[in-house]
Amino acid sequence: MSNDVPSELKYTKSHEWVRADDDGIATVGITDHAQELLGDLVFVELPEVGAELGAGAECAVVESVKAASDVYSPVTGEVIEANELLADSPETINQDAYEEGWIYRIRLSDPSELDALMDADAYAEHAESEEH
Amino acid sequence: MLIFEQSRGGRRAFAQAPAQKAELSGIPETMQRKQPPALPEVSEMQTVRHYTRLSQKNFSIDTEFYPLGSCTMKYNPRACNALAMLPAILGRHPHAPDSHSQGFLACMYELQEMLKDVTGMRQVSLVPAAGAQGEFAGVAMIRAYHESRSDDARTEIIVPDAAHGTNPATAVMCGYKVREIPTLDDGDVDVEALKHVLGPQTAGIMLTNPSTVGVFERRITEIAALVHEAGGLLYYDGANLNAILGKVRPGDMGFDVIHMNLHKTFSTPHGGGGPGAGPVGVSERLVPFLPVPMVGFDGHDYHWLTEKECPQTIGKLSAFAGNAGVLIRAYVYARLLGREGMVRVSEYATLNANYLAKRLSDEGFALAYPARRATHEFIVTLKKQAKELEVTAMDFAKRLLDYGYHAPTTYFPLLVPECFLIEPTESEALHELDGFVDAMAQIQAEAEDSPDRVKTAPHSLPVRRLDDVRAARELDLRWQAGD
Repeated sequence: MSNDVPSELKYTKSHEWVRADDDGIATVGITDHAQELLGDLVFVELPEVGAELGAGAECAVVESVKAASDVYSPVTGEVIEANELLADSPETINQDAYEEGWIYRIRLSDPSELDALMDADAYAEHAESEEH
Repeated sequence: MLIFEQSRGGRRAFAQAPAQKAELSGIPETMQRKQPPALPEVSEMQTVRHYTRLSQKNFSIDTEFYPLGSCTMKYNPRACNALAMLPAILGRHPHAPDSHSQGFLACMYELQEMLKDVTGMRQVSLVPAAGAQGEFAGVAMIRAYHESRSDDARTEIIVPDAAHGTNPATAVMCGYKVREIPTLDDGDVDVEALKHVLGPQTAGIMLTNPSTVGVFERRITEIAALVHEAGGLLYYDGANLNAILGKVRPGDMGFDVIHMNLHKTFSTPHGGGGPGAGPVGVSERLVPFLPVPMVGFDGHDYHWLTEKECPQTIGKLSAFAGNAGVLIRAYVYARLLGREGMVRVSEYATLNANYLAKRLSDEGFALAYPARRATHEFIVTLKKQAKELEVTAMDFAKRLLDYGYHAPTTYFPLLVPECFLIEPTESEALHELDGFVDAMAQIQAEAEDSPDRVKTAPHSLPVRRLDDVRAARELDLRWQAGD
């Protein structure tokens, strides 16, 4: 496996990434590894702005020609922005999973939840082990 | 090319035209159209050529081996078709009174009885018009059962991650929340995970047995006991009934409701969207909720059972008898087989699958569950080919078409990477199975020596590799005048 796993992000077992911003806001997307497994995305269902999400809650759907897959919120909080660009250009996630391909931004209810998530090394190992 | 695109103004099939102009005087002026419909203007010969060419492009069970996993693409005996096309069946008006429909009703009643017998359920309704509607009826009955007992806290349906996509979709359509449980490495449901999610909120569990990974769920009676103990019901997805027909019965395993895909197991034609038939069978406690109409028998006459006779029914699922023509075909199929024949269906279906699995394994293909005996279908994973040769399961699938074999189901179930789900059915003879293995071995050799040949397949079909991604992103489903 040779996917990109940026060291400054936090990760989940279900292949989401979280970028903690300074002001109690975080950005969420799916990993480069996840987009590669799914293949070319054809549709992304975004969460609604204002929605309250619990950690582990289904928050979005990414659909490729192979499969439709749920995205689970890594953290608890309120959705403050969804990446509308994905509605017309779902392939952005394939091209740039960590920057332009972000899915939503969330106001964290409990920033300490981030500590329980995986760091880049742990995630890389997890993704590798799933390849068994 | 669409027939609309062959249209030239003024062309007609004169010999086919009605001798007289239709009488319109009985139709109110406001309901008469002012413009003729935009039908293609073509000659009789053009029309014949167009549809004959289309039929020649068909890749079907009538022309090729079609091992599409979880779809049971078995041969459709012509006798079933011939009898379903009898004028007395075709010409029966759906509003004909029961007294004029005794023959048809007798066939439907007997089919209900045979399906009860072969599944071990207490009662059967034939009315759901397809598998998806059967599933919907099944879960709607689970809901109706809990509601009739004012057991309103049951909000969840448990679904294993290997389930057909329709299972969670059905649960959601019926207003339930889906709880997913994992599958163990040996293909069985993770019973420990099941215990963890069972509780007073559990309405039921949806299972396919054999499961979509092509193995028999060995702990099914334990699972049934656990779910029942928690107050939930068990739903049996009949997609894989072909593996166990006449051998073991879902009713005996502890299932409360089952849908059957007659278009799979009972050999009625399918593919291309239907028509299907998805009868439901239930255990004792769900009998009052069965969808109507059903057929009753008082020892002398057959009659329809409607909402009047079945006040607790989840309702009427079809204006009339469901897909009556499909049900007649299934009835004839069941009668042709008889009890002994039904057992041989599952015996040959599983024998063919196990033979094919063994031969492919001997050729070096990796089975996803090598420690398990296959049921009527099995999974090959082409993970190694994808990684080492960059030739994927999709490439193999497309190349198989060039060799005259329909591709197996690809990339399903999702939990096995680069997979082929292969279901030969009982219809195929030994030389067809061997031919498929030879084709797979040749494609493997090509993947090693000339991978581009495989990656750019198919080469011999009317269309080359389709751009699935573009088709999904830029939906274009309907011809419109002026396009």
